[in-house]
Amino acid sequence: MQTITTAVKTKKQYRGVTRWGRIARNLGMILPVIIILGLVVIAIFANFLAPYAYDKIDMRARFAPPVWMEGGSSAHLLGTDALGRDVLSRMIWGGRVSLSVSLLVIFITAAIGTLMGITAGYLGGRIDSLLMRIVDIAMSFPGLLLAMLLSVGIGPGFHTVVIALSALGWAGYARLVRGEALRLRNSDFVAQARVIGASPWRIMLKHIFPNVLNPLIVIMTMAVGMMILAESGMSYLGIGIPPPMPSWGSMVADGRNFLDSAWWISLFPGICIGLVVLSGNFLGDWLRDKMDPRLRQL
Amino acid sequence: MIRFIAVRLLQSIIALFGIMVMVFFLVRASGNPIDIIQSPTWSPEMRENVQKQLGLDKSYAEQFVIYLRNFISGDFGKSFMQDRPVIVMIGEALPNTLKLGLPSFFIGMFLALALGVLAATRRDTILDNGVKFVAVLGQALPGFWVAILAVIIFSVHWELLPAQGMDTPLNYVLPVGTMVFFMLPGMMRLVRSSMLDVLDSEYIKLARIKGLPERIVIWKHALRNALISPLTTAGMIFAGIIGGAIMTENIFNWPGMGRLALGSTVARDFPVVQTITILVAVMVLLMNLIVDITYAYVDPQIRFEKT
Amino acid sequence: MSNIVLQVEDLHTSFFTRMGEVKAVDGVSFFVREGETLGIVGESGCGKTVTGLSILRLLPEPGGQIVGGKIIMEGKNLLELSKKHMRAYRGKMISMILQDPMTSLNPVYPVGDQIGESVRLHQDLPENMVEAEVISALRLLRIPAPEIRMKEYPFQLSGGMRQRAVGAIAMSCRPHLLIADEPTTALDATIQAQYIALFEDIQAKTNVAIIFITHDFGVISRICDRVGVMYAGKIVETAPTRDIFKAPKHPYTSALIHSVPRLDRKDDRLYSIEGQPPSLLFLPAGCRFCPRCTVALDICKEQEPPEVKISENHSVSCWRVK
Repeated sequence: MQTITTAVKTKKQYRGVTRWGRIARNLGMILPVIIILGLVVIAIFANFLAPYAYDKIDMRARFAPPVWMEGGSSAHLLGTDALGRDVLSRMIWGGRVSLSVSLLVIFITAAIGTLMGITAGYLGGRIDSLLMRIVDIAMSFPGLLLAMLLSVGIGPGFHTVVIALSALGWAGYARLVRGEALRLRNSDFVAQARVIGASPWRIMLKHIFPNVLNPLIVIMTMAVGMMILAESGMSYLGIGIPPPMPSWGSMVADGRNFLDSAWWISLFPGICIGLVVLSGNFLGDWLRDKMDPRLRQL
Repeated sequence: MIRFIAVRLLQSIIALFGIMVMVFFLVRASGNPIDIIQSPTWSPEMRENVQKQLGLDKSYAEQFVIYLRNFISGDFGKSFMQDRPVIVMIGEALPNTLKLGLPSFFIGMFLALALGVLAATRRDTILDNGVKFVAVLGQALPGFWVAILAVIIFSVHWELLPAQGMDTPLNYVLPVGTMVFFMLPGMMRLVRSSMLDVLDSEYIKLARIKGLPERIVIWKHALRNALISPLTTAGMIFAGIIGGAIMTENIFNWPGMGRLALGSTVARDFPVVQTITILVAVMVLLMNLIVDITYAYVDPQIRFEKT
Repeated sequence: MSNIVLQVEDLHTSFFTRMGEVKAVDGVSFFVREGETLGIVGESGCGKTVTGLSILRLLPEPGGQIVGGKIIMEGKNLLELSKKHMRAYRGKMISMILQDPMTSLNPVYPVGDQIGESVRLHQDLPENMVEAEVISALRLLRIPAPEIRMKEYPFQLSGGMRQRAVGAIAMSCRPHLLIADEPTTALDATIQAQYIALFEDIQAKTNVAIIFITHDFGVISRICDRVGVMYAGKIVETAPTRDIFKAPKHPYTSALIHSVPRLDRKDDRLYSIEGQPPSLLFLPAGCRFCPRCTVALDICKEQEPPEVKISENHSVSCWRVK
């Protein structure tokens, strides 16, 4: 018998079918969930979990290194900063701030974006063109600049950060939801609703919205990470959460000048941000695979 | 197609007007600006004087009209802090931003294109997984943190590259690298997924059925269709660069628009912030317009005005 | 009798997925002669399209792979050719028409360019002759005013015209074998008849062998000389068209024919075959059609039936046929 030729190939091991592949994947799912849940717990119980207040200054313990290094003590597990404030406590409080901003902005932007999106997609025509132009502009405008403008205009603060992130953030949702609404507009069950005389608002609420929920939830989950990234960027630059309230971003900025000596001030908050964002992304990916594979991009 | 462009142009102008109104009122949202800039040592008369000088005693509507008139004639006001015309300050800062932004943009786009296409065409290989990994990591890690890390490693620890100054080409390596890091993951991912979508399409299958060499299938047929959607994002990124790579300029103390905007924000010097914002808005609208026109050119349906 | 253009022997094609090996084509054999039209008919998912793609060695990657068998075209086993060699066959010796003409054509290039691309690739002609070839291909597909049409973009043509344009690309280099994958499915019923008549015309003029993949028995009866019936990755019956309709031997074949509604018969209910085709991941041990077969024997559950030649041109794989 002829030996197998160039075109005929024997079975290749396909990634993921092997036992190791599956174990790795399951592990990959659990870790992000733990991290995100950990963040939520920390955010809720910050008062109890943080060993110190976030603004407790102790000039005698400045620049204390983390506990596992020489000079470190169990009094300050992750060391202290230039003012002797406990890094661990500030990170815990910072976690609460970042998560709060993130969740608040997500709900606001999702609400506005969904409303705009469904209206534009379902009603179509001029309204659609108009709204989508606004979306285009909102999506291409540099957010940081707007944040700076708002900071100048209404002064820095928690509310400023939320407004700054919300002002442009709804656009992504609007575009996505509009796409879905357009698609659903032509579906049979919508046609049926129209035939029995339902009003446009009713159709939008009862028929289109529930079908939009799936992709919406996926995007919202992935937005957690994005928002935390955005907020920390703003705080890093000094136009985000104002002191004395810590934010992971501002902590990175605080430690900027001591990178060669007291590197822990900047490093840990940065790692935190990265971990949370990665976890949020993975969680979002997993949700997407479960709920709406059409969104698959990777 | 002419009609298409004309309509878009008109929409852009209206949008610009809307943005100017919004910016104008946003800036004055926290009350009379005079309260911000005044110093406690001023007497009430001084305060009134300054107010008159800056035209802040008039009603908002009047102020806006004056502002508009000045804007059209090219007068963008004076900085409160430096008492110099804003336009001069921008004139100094802009070239620096461009020196940083333009090379970063082109390098970034080129890399994103090359890597994205390569990843899409060599699916599931080491290259593809590497690209996916970098994209995920790049989008998750805070850019400013990575840049700081780069500074620690390359500048402080190994003393290879300088972190300040603009004199030698070496000075450009870290800042440009940082900016490329900011834009690469997203763009790369977009090119890759767009390419994957196109490669799945029927006409690519047909191109292969015809027996065309793979290289032509990809570069002639697939790419032309795949680039259409990343184009918008590229335009957005370009507009953003003009606004000043705020983060990068801050990290490396680069005297460009970004640092100017940030410094002015912290000092609440709003003529500067206002003008930069509107300038960026113009760039954004312009970029959107250019992208629209490019789409119109590429998509034959619009080009030939088929109803 | 005319020569055999393509002979497929025991072809096995599988898709390797996260959930295991999907055996899309599991031991398929058939042949086509010059000037003959072989129909391959079956439900969605039975493997007919994958068979067509396997002949061209254009399976979607990653995941799709030919794992066994031979595909012999005019003496050469296509599966033994290098990639470069195989590419030379595509478009020139073997060509394919896909189902949806709108997505088959690249929207950003005029139709003539897309035909010309094929011509330039496979034939060594001076530039001015290329255009003549393009026009001749368009004429073969009976496209009126070809000189004008060739400069138009796909969106400017109607559905029927587009499918003819795709046909023109396929026939532009006068291949020896044409694989048509459900080309009429996306067309209006009124245009289908014209389009099929076109195939007959082209075949008469160029003597091309055609493999016509479809699920539509009406089309089969019109244009196919012989038919192969596919089910769950295997061919269960092969016969000349008339025999398939008049005396189908395999229970699946007769069930299929029975389920085509007819105007001259008054049925109270439309007949449909009970059940679903098996999952190609988890195939039953015996005959694949057994779970849905109304006349199954005990042995059908345990062993797969071998292929039996009833006559010169008629083979069946069924335990009821000896």
